[in-house]
Amino acid sequence: MDKIILAENLSLGYGKQETIISKATFAIDSGGFVFITGASGSGKSTLLKSFFGALPLLSGELTVGGVDMARINAKKLNFLRRHIGIVFQDYKLVKEWTIEKNIMLPLLINGYARDVSELQIEKLLGHVRLSHQRGKYPMELSGGEQQRVAMARALAHNPILILADEPTGNLDDYSSKVVWSLLEGANTQLGATVVVVTHHIPESFGTTYRHYHIEHGDVYEVS
Amino acid sequence: MKSLKSHFSLITALFSILITLQLFLSLERVITAYEHKLRDNYGIVVVTDSNLSDAYFKKADSLVKSVEPLSPKRMLQQLQQLAGDSDINLMTLDLPHFYRLRLTRFVTPEEAKALGKRLKREKAVLRVETFAQQHDTVYRMLQLFKGVVLVLAGVLFLVTSLLIVKEMRLWQFQHRERMNIMALFGAPVWLRSAVLFRLAIVDAIIASLLSVAAFLLVMYYGWVERVLELIQVDVALFAPAQDVPLLFGVAVSLSILLASMIVMGHKEEV
Repeated sequence: MDKIILAENLSLGYGKQETIISKATFAIDSGGFVFITGASGSGKSTLLKSFFGALPLLSGELTVGGVDMARINAKKLNFLRRHIGIVFQDYKLVKEWTIEKNIMLPLLINGYARDVSELQIEKLLGHVRLSHQRGKYPMELSGGEQQRVAMARALAHNPILILADEPTGNLDDYSSKVVWSLLEGANTQLGATVVVVTHHIPESFGTTYRHYHIEHGDVYEVS
Repeated sequence: MKSLKSHFSLITALFSILITLQLFLSLERVITAYEHKLRDNYGIVVVTDSNLSDAYFKKADSLVKSVEPLSPKRMLQQLQQLAGDSDINLMTLDLPHFYRLRLTRFVTPEEAKALGKRLKREKAVLRVETFAQQHDTVYRMLQLFKGVVLVLAGVLFLVTSLLIVKEMRLWQFQHRERMNIMALFGAPVWLRSAVLFRLAIVDAIIASLLSVAAFLLVMYYGWVERVLELIQVDVALFAPAQDVPLLFGVAVSLSILLASMIVMGHKEEV
């Protein structure tokens, strides 16, 4: 099976003095579902950041979607990111834009036609059960609703890789269920690779997944 | 409200720069027109022992624009009361030739002196009067005036430019979150900063329109015309065909330049 993410002796951190991930070697299959767990401050989010080029490597090698992250330039990074959907714990929605416009962002960047974008937004708003809220601004929604908008945005352009950083960390049960079901759907129905950083893997999670754990800078496979 | 405030600040700063620029241009025009007036009135008097042509003087120095022979008739008429006709006739025969030389441009006192020396070297020239002292005073006053205006314009330009940079930094702070989010989804730099550029251009256009309106108002306001009439200078302070594109060009270029500096200085934060 093709590897969408390949790390060899990967070290990450904020300056040479502060190494968080040390010489990690692992591979993530294309189309797989992966959980990365670890204690707070273990380096889960740091590792995820390196997958979308928000953190330079200290040493080692990291390939994402066939792109060498150690030698990536701005143009290539933009190109790579257009094929990734990202979900954050703090949603990262543009406050001054409506929900509809927030979801439209990746479609706009990827050059989708307006009518195609509108159809896609309509469909996604239905999936996240927010069709009636499309004209509202993020601050007018609850945290759970904002995260569902962020999910819709991450899926809008049919990415090949979805990266989620504690996507249900602040959510109520209902919104958490919607988020997990969307992530599973993206993996099983659309074939996207999903990498989720979380403290806990939901007990009722039905999709086959692989589990990596981070401890003392080591990344190792649990199951 | 915050956004309106930041728009207002940028428009005000750009407006100040444009007004300063236009004021400087207008003053430059007034000074140039006044210089032309002085140049037209200014003349070097040359006394020669023979009758010389225009071409002779023009060949002697390229600064010479035209030559006007000065008739000694008036002086002789005054002398006629003291001396007899025969004396006057004798005097006329011995009288040298007088010329007033007009110059191609308003010369510096040093240039006027140098020109006088060059003319004196000519064989037929007996005497040259450049009126250097009087010329020197007017010239230095004009230069002082120009210098003061230039320094004031420079200071104002610097201060308002710093104000614009500060405003843009506030903008950058306001737009940073959106730019970061767009970067996460692979938006190219031009798309991330499109809003910033759009705002900068809109504000530049508003500031240009305001400054054009202000100067059109001044142009048709009688007081300025009366002042110009007083110093006998006929000049258009505001030339729309020339100045409007200049003001728009400066405002838009400046705001695009500053917005570009901010975009270049932007660092992605996640």
